[in-house]
Amino acid sequence: MQIIKKIGLLIFLIGLAIFTILPFIGEFKVTRATMDLIIQEKGISSELFIEGVQENVVGKKFQGMLALSPQIIRIMEAANARHRKEKEYKKVIYIGSHDMAAAVGKASGSGFIVENKGLMWFLTFGMGILGSLLFIVPNIVLLGNKGIKNNGIYLENATNRGWIAWLVFVFLVSFYLVLYFRPEYALNWTYLVDPISEFLSGNPAGHWFVYGFMYCTVMTVMAVRMYIKYRHSRYQTIRTTSVLFFQIVFAFLIPEIMVRLQMPYYDFKNAFPLDYDFFFQWNLKSLMNSGGIGLFILVWGIVLTLVIVPVMVYFFGKRWYCSWVCGCGGLAETLGDPYRQHSSKSLFSWKVERWLVHGVLVFAVGMTLMTLYSFFSESGTVLGLKTQSVQSSYSLLIGAFFAGVIGTGFYPIFGNRVWCRFGCPLAAYLGFVQRFKSRFRITTNGGQCISCGNCSTYCEQGIDVRAYAQKGENIIRSSCVGCGICSAVCPRGVLKLENGPLRGRINPTEVLLGNDVDLMELVNKK
Amino acid sequence: MEHIVIIGNGISGITAARHIRKLSDKKITIISAESQYFFSRTALMYVYMGHMKFEHTQPYENWFWKKNRLNLVNAYVSKVDTAHKKLILNSSKEIKYDKLIIATGSRPNKFGWPGQDLKGVQGLYSKQDLEMLEANAPNNEVCKRAVIVGGGLIGIELAEMLGSRNIPVTFLVRESSFWNGVLPEGESQMINEHILEHHIDLKLDTNLKEIISDEKGWAKAVVTDKGETIQCTLVGLTAGVVPNIGFLNGSGIETGKGVKVNNFLETNIPDVYAIGDCAEQYGAIGNRRPVEAVWYTGRMMGEALAQTICGNKTAYNPGHWFNSAKFLDIEYQTYGWVFSEKSKKEQEHHFHWRHPKEKICVTIAFHKDTKQFLGINTFGIRMRHEILDRWLREKRSIAYVMEYLKDANFDPEFYVQFEEDIVSHYNALYGASITSRKKSWKRIFSHN
Repeated sequence: MQIIKKIGLLIFLIGLAIFTILPFIGEFKVTRATMDLIIQEKGISSELFIEGVQENVVGKKFQGMLALSPQIIRIMEAANARHRKEKEYKKVIYIGSHDMAAAVGKASGSGFIVENKGLMWFLTFGMGILGSLLFIVPNIVLLGNKGIKNNGIYLENATNRGWIAWLVFVFLVSFYLVLYFRPEYALNWTYLVDPISEFLSGNPAGHWFVYGFMYCTVMTVMAVRMYIKYRHSRYQTIRTTSVLFFQIVFAFLIPEIMVRLQMPYYDFKNAFPLDYDFFFQWNLKSLMNSGGIGLFILVWGIVLTLVIVPVMVYFFGKRWYCSWVCGCGGLAETLGDPYRQHSSKSLFSWKVERWLVHGVLVFAVGMTLMTLYSFFSESGTVLGLKTQSVQSSYSLLIGAFFAGVIGTGFYPIFGNRVWCRFGCPLAAYLGFVQRFKSRFRITTNGGQCISCGNCSTYCEQGIDVRAYAQKGENIIRSSCVGCGICSAVCPRGVLKLENGPLRGRINPTEVLLGNDVDLMELVNKK
Repeated sequence: MEHIVIIGNGISGITAARHIRKLSDKKITIISAESQYFFSRTALMYVYMGHMKFEHTQPYENWFWKKNRLNLVNAYVSKVDTAHKKLILNSSKEIKYDKLIIATGSRPNKFGWPGQDLKGVQGLYSKQDLEMLEANAPNNEVCKRAVIVGGGLIGIELAEMLGSRNIPVTFLVRESSFWNGVLPEGESQMINEHILEHHIDLKLDTNLKEIISDEKGWAKAVVTDKGETIQCTLVGLTAGVVPNIGFLNGSGIETGKGVKVNNFLETNIPDVYAIGDCAEQYGAIGNRRPVEAVWYTGRMMGEALAQTICGNKTAYNPGHWFNSAKFLDIEYQTYGWVFSEKSKKEQEHHFHWRHPKEKICVTIAFHKDTKQFLGINTFGIRMRHEILDRWLREKRSIAYVMEYLKDANFDPEFYVQFEEDIVSHYNALYGASITSRKKSWKRIFSHN
């Protein structure tokens, strides 16, 4: 069994290594025809750019994106600078230079990778999947009897912030930086999944398709790990199945199929304000121009946020969204599970959390109000602030850096819910409902707590669960996503997630059940 | 300002200190040599197993003590001078007190076995024991085999700990079946099976005779009363604990097994109190033992004594007995009294149900004649403390308990529940026709 695991790890690492060098290799042959087509499609009228590329790029072969991308960017930036200087604003190209490089690259890739997409898929994704399954599945035997399997978590390098964890951290952060800011380097990855994308939507894959496909793959593989690790807990197996289903079907398949059916790309479970650009002008316009389905999405999106989300939180707590449906939560609960213990439980972190997460909510709502005002009044500024620059700073700071680079990249060091805890505006909104008007609570079982701290250690949201449990108090916290792990790891059966009547939900106690009844009454009734 | 000095920073002493602080402005000093800050002793096993780091066992952040003006002193108390109301520390420094709370807990039992003080022989109680275990048994290269002596809760925890590092364990248990001085036969039997499932070499009915030393003074083998010699590098002595009160000799404070206290946790000397594991009640409370080495009783004594010290004289008056533990993968809870065959009285009758495949079982004790519900043990099923406490208080009948058993289930959502099976087994055994009622929030919250 240990040998199978080691072979699995080796296969996985080979797959990962091939995947990692892909951005640096490959051959790009830019022909006249492809260039003309791009110029035409993008409506480029800058003769400086056209001349530049025809002289330096067209008809040439480039070894790797590192050779091609700087050329395009240099030509484009020089052309734009010149046009701005000459005040020829109509000729300025407003497409990002990296996106331009990606577009040129995508149309001109040639050589082994492009000709052997299936094989290359197997050598990267395939080996990754195969290797990790070989690494994970033997645990059915190796973990022994069913039960809590946390042995060695703090003794192992990878799960105790050792060098492996830091390496994973660097890898994830770099991956997200490429994805958000250097898409041209993700090009070779897009070739691997072209066949899948063409099958689903009819279009070749972009780098966001790679991300979506990879997201589903990673979640599925790591869900297998969850099923094995928590096989004694039906709550965990059912919950894992739920997040997996919503990710694959709602976040990945349905939007792609909608594109094939000439409908707008939409993830029906992604609620505003997590889906922060829902009210952006381009989205509203696209929805309004998409006929019945567009209108339906518009109404659905508003009803989802204003009615469905709070009503469901009232009945089940915010867990129905955060740890049963949401994609960010889904990744956190699968890929992130080995790192859940790293969330800080200090009072200081809690203070930071409240300022940050509510700050982001205010930012998101403020930005949306500006957007709507601008949309209806058709003015680009609100109180002197440019709506578009507020939108782009949100997209950059919150959408790309916080949710992506930090949100997932920081898993191995700061725990798997950094985004959900400190940044997600939807979580902040659901949190208000959960804290003030919900049937959900984690019930503390009388006086059974022994303050061991397993619950707090494994709370991914950094809640000091023990602080409540040892006082005999129910846990009512806006940040709780109801993952259920505190209840699972408790050795004394103290914690239970449940939905019940509002009365008695919040129950501060001084003296716990088990002590003198009179003393309890005296002290607790104060 | 009155100066309250507490010896011991375990759950009892710290609870007392916290509650005194909540109720008053008195000066509070806590003396301990074990650790700088309060930690949860019951969690030490998880540190060795790698579930947690030591800092995670500390329920309060380090700033908590200063903020609440709880003055921590790191020292041993070598003498208590009750005549002059002062303590003499090992550093020969003196601390004066107005009121003294002794909360020094326990130490592991040793029964004078030959070789019990050899290197590589240890108990599992303190932070220092954990550090010693880390040195003695870091892995299965250094520690080729461990022998654990004493089949109680700490013994099985130590076995689980060593197992987490793949160290082979031989487990010597004096009784004919694991913990059957406490557990009824069916349950004890099930735990025996579970121990074997974990590849622990369980030797029942076996006593330690002698620990053999190598030439460097380390334990190298044990000899049992069956004449067997077992090679090993670690010997865990886990045959229970006794109050840790040696330093009180000559202080005039009356001691027996522990520090003798009355219902108000007062010793024979005015302004000296004792709480937690080290306290011994003059008269036992209900079926409870005079010395209770249980986490929550320490906490409750701290809660009660804080009231007394702050002017609201309150007796320590624990409610219905309850407790819980975990045997490897099996959670155990108990409410009320379910005695083992060895100690149960003639009128106590047991209803026992065990799952056909899984390691899940329930034993419910009731009075043979009046049918009054006396207590319940569950293995692999969690129970709701409030409900069982209420049923015991209301002296419900076994039939009532059966009928409303679903109200008491505390298992996580979506778990398969066995109340129907339990009730139908009961019906079949006693020719009853009870139907299990659906869980009702209204009943669960009816006392509020």
